[in-house]
Amino acid sequence: MTTAAELLAGIPELAGAEPVTRVTIPARLEYTYSPGSAQARFLTALPEKRLLAERCPQCTRVYVPPRGACPTCGIATPEQLELPHTGTVTTFCIVNIAAKGLDVEVPYCYAYVLLDGAHVGLHARIGDTPYADVRIGQRVEAVWDDRRLGPSLASISHFRPTGEPDADPESYRRWM
Amino acid sequence: MSKQPVAVVGVGQTKHVAARQDVSIAGLVREAAVRALADAELGWADIDAVVIGKAPDFFEGVMMPELYLAEALGAVGKPMLRVHTAGSVGGSTALVAANLVAAGVHGTVLTVAFEKQSESNAMWGLSLPIPFQQPLTAGAGGFFAPHVRAYMRRTGAPDTVGSLVAFKDRRNALKNPYAHLHEHDLTLERVQSSPMLWDPIRYSETCPSSDGACALVLTGARGAARAPRPPAWVHGGAMRSEPTIFAGKDYVSPQAGRDCAADVYRQAGVTDPRRQLDVVEMYVPFSWYEPMWLENLGFADQGEGWKLVEAGVTELDGDLPVNPSGGVLSSNPIGASGMIRFAEAALQVRGLAGEHQIDGARRALGHAYGGGAQFFSMWLVGSDRPGS
Ligand SMILES: [Zn+2]
Repeated sequence: MTTAAELLAGIPELAGAEPVTRVTIPARLEYTYSPGSAQARFLTALPEKRLLAERCPQCTRVYVPPRGACPTCGIATPEQLELPHTGTVTTFCIVNIAAKGLDVEVPYCYAYVLLDGAHVGLHARIGDTPYADVRIGQRVEAVWDDRRLGPSLASISHFRPTGEPDADPESYRRWM
Repeated sequence: MSKQPVAVVGVGQTKHVAARQDVSIAGLVREAAVRALADAELGWADIDAVVIGKAPDFFEGVMMPELYLAEALGAVGKPMLRVHTAGSVGGSTALVAANLVAAGVHGTVLTVAFEKQSESNAMWGLSLPIPFQQPLTAGAGGFFAPHVRAYMRRTGAPDTVGSLVAFKDRRNALKNPYAHLHEHDLTLERVQSSPMLWDPIRYSETCPSSDGACALVLTGARGAARAPRPPAWVHGGAMRSEPTIFAGKDYVSPQAGRDCAADVYRQAGVTDPRRQLDVVEMYVPFSWYEPMWLENLGFADQGEGWKLVEAGVTELDGDLPVNPSGGVLSSNPIGASGMIRFAEAALQVRGLAGEHQIDGARRALGHAYGGGAQFFSMWLVGSDRPGS
């Protein structure tokens, strides 16, 4: 097989030039996101430290963040409700390697927190506790970040253990 | 109109490596395609249509790569179609191609899947912040690690099961010249002491990042009769999807995966997959997914998958070998990984798998999944023509 160097050698003007095998082309993307009415309500309630959810009129499952529709039943979910700031860790991992573009210090504990009354987990960081103590079934509460209150989930800094006894596995088994 | 039988008559792969700096994406896919055509002893003129698949364009940053790959794949003047279903795409792509043959739309179809991870940043592409969730998902490993923990908790599986799978697949890879990782010095102890990346997933229990492509030539009964080597016959194929998030979603054993497997078994007349299948090429990017999929695909009862692993059932000499090729844990050109599973299943029933051939394999399952464990694609291939 002819190498790139051999090909270049046949062109006197390029004698001694290093073959180009790789170029880096930076790309930057910025998007404008339209959250829709359900998510807009959820996001604008966050600076008031309120967690808004929606209940499906057919299957009665409670979604947070709300989507405006139930993914299982395929119908609108007009009923809104407010959830407490407490919940249960249904599963988690400890992330030890940094992902490019993620503004989180490693290691961190990435968990699914099932807010009381909800049927889907919220992605959250668990803090104020040694990671070795984090466990499935642990009771936690939201810690709000007063400096970053805004229409974003960054308003919640993390969740911390409440110190209550662990939740009954039956209460979250189906909603992991 | 009745369905035409579909046969795999050509299989081609590149040697999967961390970085193929000697070829462009076009060169990479052409290499796999040329090998598949050589296996089938066919030329470009024998191909009626091309179906190509890869993971998100965001990875390499090449928008709609199928546009620029048309000539490299001999698609000029022919229909060309792009498929995308995240990590399962290699399987879905092969199934779309198989369906075109089965429906009688095209006689002979070339299907190709690829990823050039050295030119991409998949972890970044999979970690983009979205406004309605806290940005915490660190790549695929970060996404799947909590579900692995949920499996361990649900079944009480010992912590060591993941390392057994990783060690098995890496040893199997030593018998596969196309595998990316050939870790001759790896020991079980080294797997078990490798760093925790996304606790409970360790470094050695994680797939590598690979450049590679895979290609298949699919044809009907007449094409199969002319093929120089034994064909693999498609006995069943199916895809299923479900949402990434819904109340009651079982991330450990998704309904879509169970339904997809049941559909494939029904088409193939399989009632007891554990006994009736000789070998499985399963999409296992993180070692714990082997016991999880053993349950999801009906090879073990719920909660029992890890026991098959521990008993050595899925080893090369076990009664249900899983990933004799070394699997995704040994080669992961993402978009191609699903098609490699399908291709390796076909090689097994053709008796052409080389050093990692399972003796007398007559029925094999190729499996792929993708997204947030929400897309599934599978096919079941056999050495006998269906209905014979
Ligand atoms: Zn519903």
